[in-house]
Amino acid sequence: MTDEPLLRVRGLSKHFPVRQGLRATGLVRAVDGLDFDVRPGETLGLVGESGCGKTTTGRMLVRLLEPTSGSIEFDGRDITHAGRRELRPLRQELQIIFQDPYASLNPRHTVGRIVAMPLQVNGIKPPGGIKARVQELLELVGLNPEHYNRYPHEFSGGQRQRIGIARALALRPKLIVADEPVSALDVSIQAQVVNLLRDLQRELGLAFVFIAHDLAVVRHFCQRVAVMYLGRIVEIGDRADIYERPQHPYTRALLSAIPDVTQLGPAGRIRLTGDVPTPLDPPSGCRFRTRCWKAQDICATEEPALIPRDGGSQATACHFPEGEAARTSPEGEADSTSPEAAESTAQVVEEVPS
Amino acid sequence: MDSSEPSPSGEPDDRPVVPAQRSDQDAYLRVRDLRVRFDTEDGVVRAVDGVSFAVERGRTLGIVGESGSGKSVTSLAILGLHDPKRTTITGEISVGGRQVVGLGDEEVRRLRGRDMAMIFQDPLSALHPYYTVGRQIAEAYRVHHPKANRREARQRAVDMLDRVGIPQPARRFDQYPHEFSGGMRQRAMIAMSLVNDPALLIADEPTTALDVTVQAQILDLLADLQAEFNSAIILITHDLGVVGQVADDVLVMYGGRAVERGSVEQVLRAPQHPYTWGLLSSVPSLHGDADADLVPIPGNPPSLINLPPGCAFHPRCRYADRAGSRSRTEVPELRPAGEGDSAGHLVACHLSAEERATFYAEDIASVGVAR
Repeated sequence: MTDEPLLRVRGLSKHFPVRQGLRATGLVRAVDGLDFDVRPGETLGLVGESGCGKTTTGRMLVRLLEPTSGSIEFDGRDITHAGRRELRPLRQELQIIFQDPYASLNPRHTVGRIVAMPLQVNGIKPPGGIKARVQELLELVGLNPEHYNRYPHEFSGGQRQRIGIARALALRPKLIVADEPVSALDVSIQAQVVNLLRDLQRELGLAFVFIAHDLAVVRHFCQRVAVMYLGRIVEIGDRADIYERPQHPYTRALLSAIPDVTQLGPAGRIRLTGDVPTPLDPPSGCRFRTRCWKAQDICATEEPALIPRDGGSQATACHFPEGEAARTSPEGEADSTSPEAAESTAQVVEEVPS
Repeated sequence: MDSSEPSPSGEPDDRPVVPAQRSDQDAYLRVRDLRVRFDTEDGVVRAVDGVSFAVERGRTLGIVGESGSGKSVTSLAILGLHDPKRTTITGEISVGGRQVVGLGDEEVRRLRGRDMAMIFQDPLSALHPYYTVGRQIAEAYRVHHPKANRREARQRAVDMLDRVGIPQPARRFDQYPHEFSGGMRQRAMIAMSLVNDPALLIADEPTTALDVTVQAQILDLLADLQAEFNSAIILITHDLGVVGQVADDVLVMYGGRAVERGSVEQVLRAPQHPYTWGLLSSVPSLHGDADADLVPIPGNPPSLINLPPGCAFHPRCRYADRAGSRSRTEVPELRPAGEGDSAGHLVACHLSAEERATFYAEDIASVGVAR
């Protein structure tokens, strides 16, 4: 493993114009200036709530969406605006797995044809023939190679997701973007697919960008984690940093909100009030400030930069990160739950330094 | 269950350990040997096959299971929402002493909304897009309070919106569902369910469509409202974490049958059924060893048209052979799991209590990530 990143993303943005009739009336800043690297064989988790821009980011990485600005470098080549022809060889090395195992497989094609498609499109003739390669792939993802001639409807959700994974592996990619690959599956099936992806990642040395809203699943799959909020990365770091020493208030709130099966009774000490603001008109300064219990005047005027803390690999975009000397005490006053305030302020039900 | 009360230690509150099922007689909801069958072109679907439980006022029962386990069908049967032409329902469902099974449409309608109400998973499809949110809530009130005039109904609806934490309720009253965010819509749904102060509330995956930070708000809200109105709550979910957070008792369903039942401490801390073990060890946790492999349940949930004979879980159970051929021929009954601490803890498994204790200690408690 070299230190040269396989994927280098700088200032990546995607803005969608909002039109009423012919006139553009606004701009949804779905993704707004992302910087991150993925090294060969590394797994990066992109986590956040709905509307944070994680799916849009994934689609830009495999160029299903055209970035508005910024750059994507893959294996040393700038692919930000590469055309179809330039993209073709690249698509072999950069694959995507979709969330919905029902919508992402053509119901009229046999499994064999679905998995062989990337080989045929790229004119690749494997040594033992296409059929042998497809059967090898089916076996690799834990499907019966004899089921080559079956159709997607004959498979369960978990098996379909395996078909999608076999298709993504057909061209021996270096990087796979997996967009919520297990969230549509039943819990007992989720674990099967997570284990499969983990085995494949280790055996084949694949790099992953793993997009998920479930922080517990990400913890089991990813070495590094980037937390997104309203189109920006608010914190990025190694798994242990993010889960054990989160420095951004949003990361802390997110972790605290997850009901964990190992904890009985009301869990979680931090309660955010209100919903995520609309990306049509994000708050000025720090985008999280409207729900943050630490927000001060500076948060409304100055956008915090994503800067490394403690000289390590963990970077946090916050004016008042955890573990710094200028630590403000959280307010837990009951009056912040008054209906007027509920939509715009955050309240800490109770907070205990752990 | 009162999460508004900060406990300075940050520890989970000390809930009294009460046996899961005390005398069923005083329970507000009693379900006994419920069977729900659908006749379809492909055959008879036994969606619920002999399920019994009870919920008292002030308590929350979590029903856990995967898709097709019969958990939602059970709740729709309680509310009398199945189409009688295509559905055969037998058994007993008693709501506040009144039998629901076999009751006429009109009579069930009188119970529904007033004595029992439901919160659906997807508030966007449960709210009518054409009417304002307030009007829908006010109408739900007037149906059961025919003497109330428009102004009173409006006032009641505004009060409910306020109670569920919707800011500026008087202004929000006149807005349409699409003008509400996901979390606000679910709050509005809860307001509508509670407008007639029902004693029984059934919440079917109420937070599955929501983000975690909003889910936490809604679960807190439900707990607060339960404390205030002393309602009996059934919470249907696939998320064991949610169950651990809010439920008092747990019913685990598989293939339309109850496989395990007990208090939340019993079922999540000392689970007895191999299926419950499988669920627990396949869920990734925020604690414990992040590098440990998840232990999935092999295979897939069964088809309800063609349920495996005997114990429906046997094709996926690693211990099926230990029970000999019985696991394939005999449906295990729900029986007490053991003695002493496990009073009220029931399990439907052919393995003996000793065998289960050994397998759990050797194979489950020591591996996986949930511990």
